[in-house]
Amino acid sequence: MQRATLDLWVGIFVVAGIVAVLFLALKVGNLGSYDSSETYAVKASFDNIGGLKPRAPVKSAGVVVGRVADITFDPINYEASVTLSLSARYPFPKDTSAAIMTSGLLGEQYISLDAGGDETMLVSGDALKITQGAVVLENLIGQFLYNKSDGAGDEAQQ
Amino acid sequence: MIETLLDSVRGIGRRTIDRIWRMGVAARFFMQILLHSGTGFRRFHLIIREIFSSGVLSLIIILVSGLFVGMVLGLQGYETLQTYGAEESLGVLVALSLVRELGPVVAALLFASRAGSAITAEIGLMKATEQIAAMEMMAVDPIARVVAPRFWGGVISMPLLAALFSAMGVLGGYLVGVVLIGVDEGAFWSQMQSAVDFKEDILNGVIKSVVFGVAITIIALFEGYDAPPTAEGVSRATTRTVVTSSLAILGLDFVLTAFMFRGV
Repeated sequence: MQRATLDLWVGIFVVAGIVAVLFLALKVGNLGSYDSSETYAVKASFDNIGGLKPRAPVKSAGVVVGRVADITFDPINYEASVTLSLSARYPFPKDTSAAIMTSGLLGEQYISLDAGGDETMLVSGDALKITQGAVVLENLIGQFLYNKSDGAGDEAQQ
Repeated sequence: MIETLLDSVRGIGRRTIDRIWRMGVAARFFMQILLHSGTGFRRFHLIIREIFSSGVLSLIIILVSGLFVGMVLGLQGYETLQTYGAEESLGVLVALSLVRELGPVVAALLFASRAGSAITAEIGLMKATEQIAAMEMMAVDPIARVVAPRFWGGVISMPLLAALFSAMGVLGGYLVGVVLIGVDEGAFWSQMQSAVDFKEDILNGVIKSVVFGVAITIIALFEGYDAPPTAEGVSRATTRTVVTSSLAILGLDFVLTAFMFRGV
């Protein structure tokens, strides 16, 4: 083969391109930190999911243990049915409770898991019984104003 | 009066039919390239030579532009994020905008003007100097010998160049954001890693760049193969390659983005 230098340059180019893809995958993306191959799926129903989106993190004690895989609407109970994909490294008891939280005041929403005391562990396909939906800011303000006006009316009567 | 009006209407009709005709010829041309790809892959050294001329020689412009685009993103992003006290999200902004959009699109635009125009000029000149006719005389299929290796060289080079562009851009954003301005390094990388998904963002960016690579090389090869064999014809074909493929990149980018990132 005569075009040895040309082959060398093409080789360098291809290797550099593959290194760039690996750099993007491991350093920029989340391929290294989150292993998607070994997971188990758990379902949870919420009365309101607020602004929760697919791929939102699932945290327990602040540590990411999984991701939201899918969000659908259940037309029988009129509730949101959320599928969580949890890492197989972290087994949770059967009576674990799930709540939708917001990171910071305006941050993204995530699901927080609180482990219970059950001896048996969750397996793929189980449903979480105890759930708490997202806090809707408008309802909170409405409740606050309602209580305020109630108090004011009592004072006026006295 | 009525005659000139009719003439202009006829002109519009003729040009429309001409465009559709060329579209059909281009589609047939694409099919022929795919049919003759087997021969191209059996003589792989031809493809390697084309990867060299369209990929390796575009490397400098891609790397330098990637670095500068990333550095500008770092500066501008910091200015805007600072007003919301969210400088730590600079890494997310730089990485997502590069991996999803700017990497594939800007690299493809540069590739179209650097390598696409060269392909058109080369094939147009081959046709003008009757090298292609000579090949046909020797029973060498010019599509298999000249066109198919250039097609695969471009299609292989494009995603590699786009990935290099994105990687250089992220490094540029890091240089400006962390080294120059002083955003916290840990937050820069960790927020980036938690926001950028391999399948949703990086793989979709690679798919985009492959599609752009196919579009650019097909347009460049067809314009060159279809160019009138004169100096003026080749120069016009080269211009058309850059204009058409730039428009194709931006149009395809909208379609692909609408498919990939809708409602997520």
